[in-house]
Amino acid sequence: MGWILVTSAAVILFLQNYPLYIRSVPTENELKFHYMVHTSLDVVDEKISAMGKALVDQRELYLGLLYPTEDYKVYGYVTNSKVKFVMVVDSSNTALRDNEIRSMFRKLHNSYTDVMCNPFYTPGDRIQSRAFDGMVTSMMIQVC
Amino acid sequence: MELCGATRLGYFGRSQFYIALKLVAVAQSGFPLRVESINTVKDLPLPRFVASKNEQESRHAASYSSDSENQGSYSGVIPPPPGRGQVKKGSTSHDTGQPRTSADQQEPVSPVVSPQQSPPTSPHTWRKHSRHPSGGNSERPLAGPGPFWSPFGEAQSGSSAGDAVWSGHSPPPPQENWVSFADTPPTSTLLTMHPASVQDQTTVRTVASATTANEIRRQSSSYDDPWKITDEQRQYYVNQFKTIQPDLNGFIPGSAAKEFFTKSKLPILELSHIWELSDFDKDGALTLDEFCAAFHLVVARKNGYDLPEKLPESLMPKLIDLEDSADVGDQPGEVGYSGSPAEAPPSKSPSMPSLNQTWPELNQSSEQWETFSERSSSSQTLTQFDSNIAPADPDTAIVHPVPIRMTPSKIHMQEMELKRTGSDHTNPTSPLLVKTSDLSEENKINSSVKFASGNTVDGYSSSDSFTSDPEQIGNNVAHQRSHSGMSPDNTAPPPPPPRPQPSHSRSSSLDMNRTFSVTTGQQQAGVVAQPPAVPPRPQPSQAAGPVVHRPVDADGLITHTSTSPQQIPEQPNFADFSQFEVFAASNVNEEQDDEAEKHPEVLPVEKASDPASSLRVAKTDSKIEEKTAASAPANVSKGTTPLAPPPKPVRRRLKSEDELRPEVDEHTQKTGVLAAVLASQPSIPRSVGKDKKAIQASIRRNKETNTVLARLNSELQQQLKDVLEERISLEVQLEQLRPFSHL
Repeated sequence: MGWILVTSAAVILFLQNYPLYIRSVPTENELKFHYMVHTSLDVVDEKISAMGKALVDQRELYLGLLYPTEDYKVYGYVTNSKVKFVMVVDSSNTALRDNEIRSMFRKLHNSYTDVMCNPFYTPGDRIQSRAFDGMVTSMMIQVC
Repeated sequence: MELCGATRLGYFGRSQFYIALKLVAVAQSGFPLRVESINTVKDLPLPRFVASKNEQESRHAASYSSDSENQGSYSGVIPPPPGRGQVKKGSTSHDTGQPRTSADQQEPVSPVVSPQQSPPTSPHTWRKHSRHPSGGNSERPLAGPGPFWSPFGEAQSGSSAGDAVWSGHSPPPPQENWVSFADTPPTSTLLTMHPASVQDQTTVRTVASATTANEIRRQSSSYDDPWKITDEQRQYYVNQFKTIQPDLNGFIPGSAAKEFFTKSKLPILELSHIWELSDFDKDGALTLDEFCAAFHLVVARKNGYDLPEKLPESLMPKLIDLEDSADVGDQPGEVGYSGSPAEAPPSKSPSMPSLNQTWPELNQSSEQWETFSERSSSSQTLTQFDSNIAPADPDTAIVHPVPIRMTPSKIHMQEMELKRTGSDHTNPTSPLLVKTSDLSEENKINSSVKFASGNTVDGYSSSDSFTSDPEQIGNNVAHQRSHSGMSPDNTAPPPPPPRPQPSHSRSSSLDMNRTFSVTTGQQQAGVVAQPPAVPPRPQPSQAAGPVVHRPVDADGLITHTSTSPQQIPEQPNFADFSQFEVFAASNVNEEQDDEAEKHPEVLPVEKASDPASSLRVAKTDSKIEEKTAASAPANVSKGTTPLAPPPKPVRRRLKSEDELRPEVDEHTQKTGVLAAVLASQPSIPRSVGKDKKAIQASIRRNKETNTVLARLNSELQQQLKDVLEERISLEVQLEQLRPFSHL
């Protein structure tokens, strides 16, 4: 149940509503991003419960635009194991298309799976994988 | 180690040597280890090395400006037991004065000398090292006062350096670590030794790394790779693997591996990173190769090596082709580096970056091909890849190569056989097919390709999607496999797929059946002859194609391809014609009439307007190039153009014999025809089997071609992506500027 926040700016991976991984590019707004992500968690939970049946479909995993504000957009994604990925992107970032967001979440999911495969990683720890960091960095650079 | 490796390549070249030695000197001098320190501290005292048992080495070392000496001394130091080392010290001290004046010519000798020494002594060092802990401690104080042959001052640092050297000896050989790794006491002894050493960690690391590097370098004299696993190491790793998993082909589950590596007392974070690096296929389990790589990394880490950001090439599981060779170029620059973000996921997307960065060596690729089948079964990424390959594959690239599957050698073999027997052209093919059929993935790809070719009219769109797929798949190996798989598949497709492909809208089999059924006996003969002819053709073009393409970068590819195919096809034509006739005569009763018919059908389509073979080639090329306008498929055109022209002349000839067929989409038809032809080839009974060696050679050549083409493909795809990004950015800028235009 982790969540990841990615912004044009930050990525936060959350597990049971506490962060597993937080990453933001313009770090000065990090707190703001944290706040936004926490508020968006409610939306995520709402969407999850609304689904009802088990989240098996890839499409269901991708929650899409949770809610837009004037400054930013929040995208959500949840894995089968209830790990939530939240991505906050700057609205001024001319439209990341939905496909791009999906692909980014997919990459995040893949990287997260790789991290989980590591027997030295216990679920619930903060993610300290260099590979994961690198992947997120590359993604965020691509976004910004 | 990292610094000097980081400053240059990943291996210990001569310059790295000097840098490493300078770093050692710096460390010994007590300066912080920085790259800048080398430059800033101009008057570095020559690094002190424990006397090596090899006076010659020390002499050589002394001859170096400063660093090479260290190398020699290092090498000499490592093998000799501590006691011996001390004795040497006394002797070397005398030598120091003399060697210094010696020319640098000896420099190259000492590395050579050291390699000779290290291997035989390495086994001894194992035991010595196991005793070393006890002896080392006592040695250290002796080492301090030991007569270092560096007359440069800093006795303190010298003694510490001596300790460093000594302590460096104990670890270097991962051998000692091996021994200590399994048993806790030796490990603890080793650990105690480190703290016991006076010098700072960097010094130890430098020494250890240098010694290890020296040792490793010695072991791989011809192949400078600090991460290379020596044979003894490998054997040790394998033995350890057996203790956990008796089946060498099996996996070590993650939990077992975790327990095992936790014994090494490395921090969990580092173990986690090691795991990330070594679990190549990300399946949560370690194969033998992965285990050896992980073990080697652990050993290196214990010796003070810093973990690389990306798995060194020599540690790559050999089962994965492309990735292995692909990282050759990467590895030198990667060790010690923090990989670029794109390369950050070392194992997950090795194929992509590796493809783009380095060109897999042909030899490696050929090896990898053979082991590829094993790998494919175990790699989950491969499975992902297949799903993407089937639809995506640059059909054009795949389609065209399909017919050309036959490797040049095979084609030659066939030609030869044809000339001889006149009816055994498929014999070489069949053995080749049999061999290639071993590659299950290729077969799958082949069948999928065939389907794709039949079903996909617009290969370019699929190729576009293909370019995006790699990112998701993140497995270049798979891509290359698909490419290579496709091409080899074409030459040696599993007999079943080509024929029964009802799903093909324009499947070659269907067309071929149609064509065959329509053709008359004469046509059939001609058609039959055609299939055999096709293989020979691709071969020369293929052979020439890769050769042409390799030196050419992506931009020049198209031009090259346009020229090369033109030249190539013409040549085989001559050979093919004679063979066609022979084949035609002998294959009258072949059941592949349909397929043969298809060829003429394809021929008319392609060469409708160009009677001349050269013209046809040009036309084909132009057509192909037009269709492959997209940058992504460009490589496909490269692959296809060389391939397509050759078959065209062949087909053309047959066509002249056969009735004209309605034009169909070139590529699809070609693909279908080629596929059908190839499929038919195996079915055509061949009495004479070709030597396996020739087939293997042809396979190798094919693989080389595939890798070349795949690499080109990846490069072009990368370019396409870049271009798209630029376009997007330009559009954004345009939009931003638009409001201003109103003012």
